[in-house]
Amino acid sequence: MRDPEKSSELEETAPPGLPSFQEIRRILEERVEGLRLEFIPNPAAPDQSSFCVPTEFALETARILRDDPRFALDFCSNVTGVDWLDQTVEETILHRETTDEGERTIKEIVRRRRPGFLEAVYHLYSMRARRGPLVIRQRTANRIDRVRVASLTPIWRSAEFQEREVYDLFGVRFEGHPDLRRILMWDEFKDYPMRKDYVEPDDYEYEPTPQGEAAAKARRHYPYGGAR
Amino acid sequence: MVEEGLRNELSRQNIFLTSIQELYNWGRRNSLWPLNFGLACCAIEMIAASMARFDIARFGAEVFRPSPRQADLMIVAGTVTKKMAPMVVRLYNQMPEPKYVIAMGACAISGGPFKRGYNVLKGIDRYIPVDVYIPGCPPRPEALLHGLITLQRKIAGERLTGPERPRHLRELEPSEYPIPAYGPYDLDPPKNTELWHPKPFVRDA
Repeated sequence: MRDPEKSSELEETAPPGLPSFQEIRRILEERVEGLRLEFIPNPAAPDQSSFCVPTEFALETARILRDDPRFALDFCSNVTGVDWLDQTVEETILHRETTDEGERTIKEIVRRRRPGFLEAVYHLYSMRARRGPLVIRQRTANRIDRVRVASLTPIWRSAEFQEREVYDLFGVRFEGHPDLRRILMWDEFKDYPMRKDYVEPDDYEYEPTPQGEAAAKARRHYPYGGAR
Repeated sequence: MVEEGLRNELSRQNIFLTSIQELYNWGRRNSLWPLNFGLACCAIEMIAASMARFDIARFGAEVFRPSPRQADLMIVAGTVTKKMAPMVVRLYNQMPEPKYVIAMGACAISGGPFKRGYNVLKGIDRYIPVDVYIPGCPPRPEALLHGLITLQRKIAGERLTGPERPRHLRELEPSEYPIPAYGPYDLDPPKNTELWHPKPFVRDA
């Protein structure tokens, strides 16, 4: 659940050693024409808020993050994927209302259905200036057929294998990647194992102390299911 | 056959009696040449077992061969991923007879901690026959040495003729096993049903 007040508060914070998120947004949106960054707050313990960069501006934005001395983020330490299923999200919208008694705020909770998408997350550090991480994300349009994002391998060479891994396990297609093949699974493999709706092969009969799903699977193979 | 007691008595008198079978097994079991390959952390323990402190050379198995053509013992040391399984089976097929397999560690036996993983083979015995299983995660070098000694005992007890002769002396037993292919969702076939017969698993109430 996103609290709009909290979100703007978090946007005033800064990643270690870097300007505040507001300042980063200002610099980037000034330099890249048409760029609109979406701030994604993370109020949880890791305290790593991030920006979602639209795919068409990702390469240009990444180049500025690497080359601009205010950032100098020359090292991409981690690329990973996230699978978001369709979900219902609650949003709190604040209305200011002026009545006869004065000004008051009305909170309205709006439920809306958010279609699923895949996400590629990049953790950027600066080795030169010893700071970071700045987390940026790219999102696909959906989980089925529009799963393209821009590859940032031309900017950070270290992203090459990790983007292949995200492609292998989540099925995100990286446009502009020099060599987008599966890296962990074999080439003939069809599925994407880290997706939340992945169905694993029925390739073992029992385990010594089956619980939950494993127990149900064991019952299909053995009369006593190994659980008695 | 000479009786055990009589033979011991004779050897005290500097008379050494043996049979072809014993001599043959004695020679083979004391010069097992393992195939030099490791798959995961168990391989580190295997390497430790070959170094000075544990010294697998005491049991005649120090000659790790870099080619399956020269090896007669395969120590499957570590997690066998489905991507790696065809290569392991192919290496086994390329070894000359007689050949033995030690499944070292929980992963090689059953998939171990990765049993519920999508890309881990649930035991190498689904594709090739295993002679000795060494449990542990990973097993210590002593456990590997114990497994090796167990295999040596097994070889010492092999009979060259008769119905109890080992696999490599039976004409009808295969020396090579089918190499699984990469399927779209799993290995094809997922197990060698002619080879792999798990015991019915019934736990007392």
